[in-house]
Amino acid sequence: MLKAKKSVSALILFSCLTMLLASGASARPGETPIVEITAKRFAFSPDKITLKKDQTVKLRLHSEDVTHGFFLRQLALDEEIPAGQSVDVTVTPRTGGTFTTICDHFCGANHGNMNMTIVVE
Amino acid sequence: MNPPNRRSFLKIAGSSLGIGVLYTAFPAALKGKESHNFLSALGRANGEKPEPFSFVQLSDAHVGFNGPPDPLGTKAFERAVEMINGLSRRPDLILFTGDLVHDTEDRDAQIQRIKQFQEISKRINVPVIKHVPGEHDAGLDSGLLYREFFGESYYSFDHRGVHFVALDNVTRAKPEVGPEQLAWLKNDLSRFPKTAPLVVFTHRPLFDLRPDWEWFTSDGDQVMTVLANYDNVTVLYGHIHRDHEEQIGPVHHYAAKSLIFAFPDPTGISGPRKPVPFDKEHPFKNLGIRTVSFNGQTQPNSAPVSVEDIELTSREFREINGAQQLLRNLEL
Repeated sequence: MLKAKKSVSALILFSCLTMLLASGASARPGETPIVEITAKRFAFSPDKITLKKDQTVKLRLHSEDVTHGFFLRQLALDEEIPAGQSVDVTVTPRTGGTFTTICDHFCGANHGNMNMTIVVE
Repeated sequence: MNPPNRRSFLKIAGSSLGIGVLYTAFPAALKGKESHNFLSALGRANGEKPEPFSFVQLSDAHVGFNGPPDPLGTKAFERAVEMINGLSRRPDLILFTGDLVHDTEDRDAQIQRIKQFQEISKRINVPVIKHVPGEHDAGLDSGLLYREFFGESYYSFDHRGVHFVALDNVTRAKPEVGPEQLAWLKNDLSRFPKTAPLVVFTHRPLFDLRPDWEWFTSDGDQVMTVLANYDNVTVLYGHIHRDHEEQIGPVHHYAAKSLIFAFPDPTGISGPRKPVPFDKEHPFKNLGIRTVSFNGQTQPNSAPVSVEDIELTSREFREINGAQQLLRNLEL
């Protein structure tokens, strides 16, 4: 019985890590998965990521040029990415859905179109 | 000062150009001794005795913007100037609620756009023109160039018994007012009675209209907390390139249409915002005239504003010199 429970737990952990790795996350067992996101005028890369509800991930946000913002009200994301630097933000999505994250630090003429999609399953 | 009379009110009627918003303010000094006493006290506190007047709101000229969804450049802005100058009753003042020019990283080019904006707006036969910046005016350089040409980005002034407050929610690059300006606002309003007529003009909406389209101010709730102490507040703003009306508590918020192109109604639209495409058959579509009547009622849950939209017609557009040639040359 205990052996069966351990097998199920391992299988669940493996499935979660697999899903996170499919969304671009990297992690060693036991570590918080990291999703790398790059900001450069006027787009985020990748432009879409998928996260798991109630799973904690670390978003590593990097600016390749000027200061950018990273804002999504529903996930309480409100970060400044200084020019040429990286910041880490940990998030545990509690709500499923498809959300639009925007750059909310004015960065130039096409700033209004700088956004990415975060899907929480 | 005697306690304010709850029946005291300012009636503000307006015509939006669409383009622009015209407000006409009538004081309540027409009825009753208490109204007269209140308004006399307000006039003493403001330094001005309330009298009838009108004003116009213009927004989002984006001088320098070129391309779809607006191939017309400054034509709508120039048309607005013609309409204001043709009004039977000349307004006392003009309020520009931001994005006067479209941004460029070339400082010399930005200066040229500012000068072009000022050249067009100088044609308006109105003695007083006030501005607040938009993110395209001030977001890249923290407002340095804007202040050089237009002065302070937040300030207040009084006109015929109405206290006007200009708020800046763009120069910090993020959509926010900031703690220093919040403190200034509280102090600026502290000397006014609860029923003083206040007009706040700013660029971005002070509430969460559509955060994923950046139609919000992150500390706007703190501004709203300050404004909630007053019964007779009207907020005018731009940024969203469409008309919109919303009441939050006792405060009425009105967005003005732009002078360049429109954004759609966000209701029911998911994903990023996209401009309304240019309509060659109706080049000023969504850039029309709005009339707004504001009666300044101080009673709770009153409905002080009525709105009527009037859209410009193509026939009016073709009366502009050069417009017909411009239309023929457009490749759409």
